[in-house]
Amino acid sequence: MEIKLKLNGKAILASVEADTVLLDFLRDHGCLSIKRGCDTSNCGLCTVLMDGKPILSCSTLAVRADGHEIYTLEGLQAEAEDFVGFIADQGADQCGFCNPGYVMNTIALLRENPDPTDEEILAFLAGNLCRCSGYDGQLRGIRNYLNSRKA
Amino acid sequence: MITIQKYVRAQSLEEAWQLNQNKRNRILGGMLWMRLGKSSINTAIDLCDLGLNTIEETEEAFSIGAMVTLRDLETHNGLNSYTNGAVAHAVQDIVGVQFRNLATVGGSIWGRFGFSDVLTVFLAMDTYVELYKGGIIPLEQFNNMKKDNDILVRIIVKKAPCKVVYTAMRAQRTDFPVLACAVSCLNGEYRASVGARPARAQIYRDENKLAAGAVTEENASAFAAFVAENAPTEGNVRGSAAYRTHLIRVLVKRCMLELGGI
Repeated sequence: MEIKLKLNGKAILASVEADTVLLDFLRDHGCLSIKRGCDTSNCGLCTVLMDGKPILSCSTLAVRADGHEIYTLEGLQAEAEDFVGFIADQGADQCGFCNPGYVMNTIALLRENPDPTDEEILAFLAGNLCRCSGYDGQLRGIRNYLNSRKA
Repeated sequence: MITIQKYVRAQSLEEAWQLNQNKRNRILGGMLWMRLGKSSINTAIDLCDLGLNTIEETEEAFSIGAMVTLRDLETHNGLNSYTNGAVAHAVQDIVGVQFRNLATVGGSIWGRFGFSDVLTVFLAMDTYVELYKGGIIPLEQFNNMKKDNDILVRIIVKKAPCKVVYTAMRAQRTDFPVLACAVSCLNGEYRASVGARPARAQIYRDENKLAAGAVTEENASAFAAFVAENAPTEGNVRGSAAYRTHLIRVLVKRCMLELGGI
């Protein structure tokens, strides 16, 4: 099937199988920030933005992206740079495998709610699993970033 | 692992229904549960072009299209104002925001899953489903029907005088519920919807008027005991049947007390 979409701001025309998942399609198009983690819709490693909303690319058919706009971390590095340093400062990235998913979902959170409480941060990021940390590092990093914006 | 030979965005409900009469074709919801199964699908039928992704509110009812996502339910001001946040409460711990941006209300209700928070909370209200061929029927009736090849078009929640409270017990925040529970006072009648028993949710009405009048500790306990005695439970990896029965007693009572403002 032929699909047309916008990927990181660029129009793309591609041919895909009916059962190709978006994760594989995007990695084939050079978006290697997207990771295959649980592959059961639970871990959030494969998070991308479709029309501005965070979704799981492992569980979305590529054909469903036809006519939509997809952003991966490759296309949002400038927006991510604002806060990833604060997360790194807390040592929260550790192995780093979950980071792209975390960063993508944090971008979605801050677009929707620019000044979230700690509970709102934890609730929004509940679908991003990290097997290294106890999640405190990520929370401290985001909190420090938010505090720095108010200073 | 599923395989799909062909993908079609239906341009009408009739086209989708015709395609769905072939047993090897399947209608797509959010595809989250379907993807975990093993099946070979001939044609995957997508309803995304049919305008079923909106919640329409009138003075009488909410009309919720089958392709509305669980996140849409969670963030809809009108629906959550009417339910005092019970709908948002029912869906907000389902995996994560990314998951809820994909999972559809149609997929959740059509699946009549044993673990479903969504079915549990809607059963507690004056809710109907609109089927393409089957017309509008009460959700309770739909819940007890066998799956067929009809199409779930939308969910209709009538704005009957209703107070509803939802709660669930989870071993971990984003896990399936060990038990899900919604209690309502609908047109003056108390009813408890109990899901994750782990079978599909069922309604238990206060037929004996145990909770008639103002809610008290005593009548809340009496109704909770009645529901616990009548709701069959089973055991699985998340909890034993006896534990679930105990949870029914606790959660129904808590919901009743919250309904009564106690």
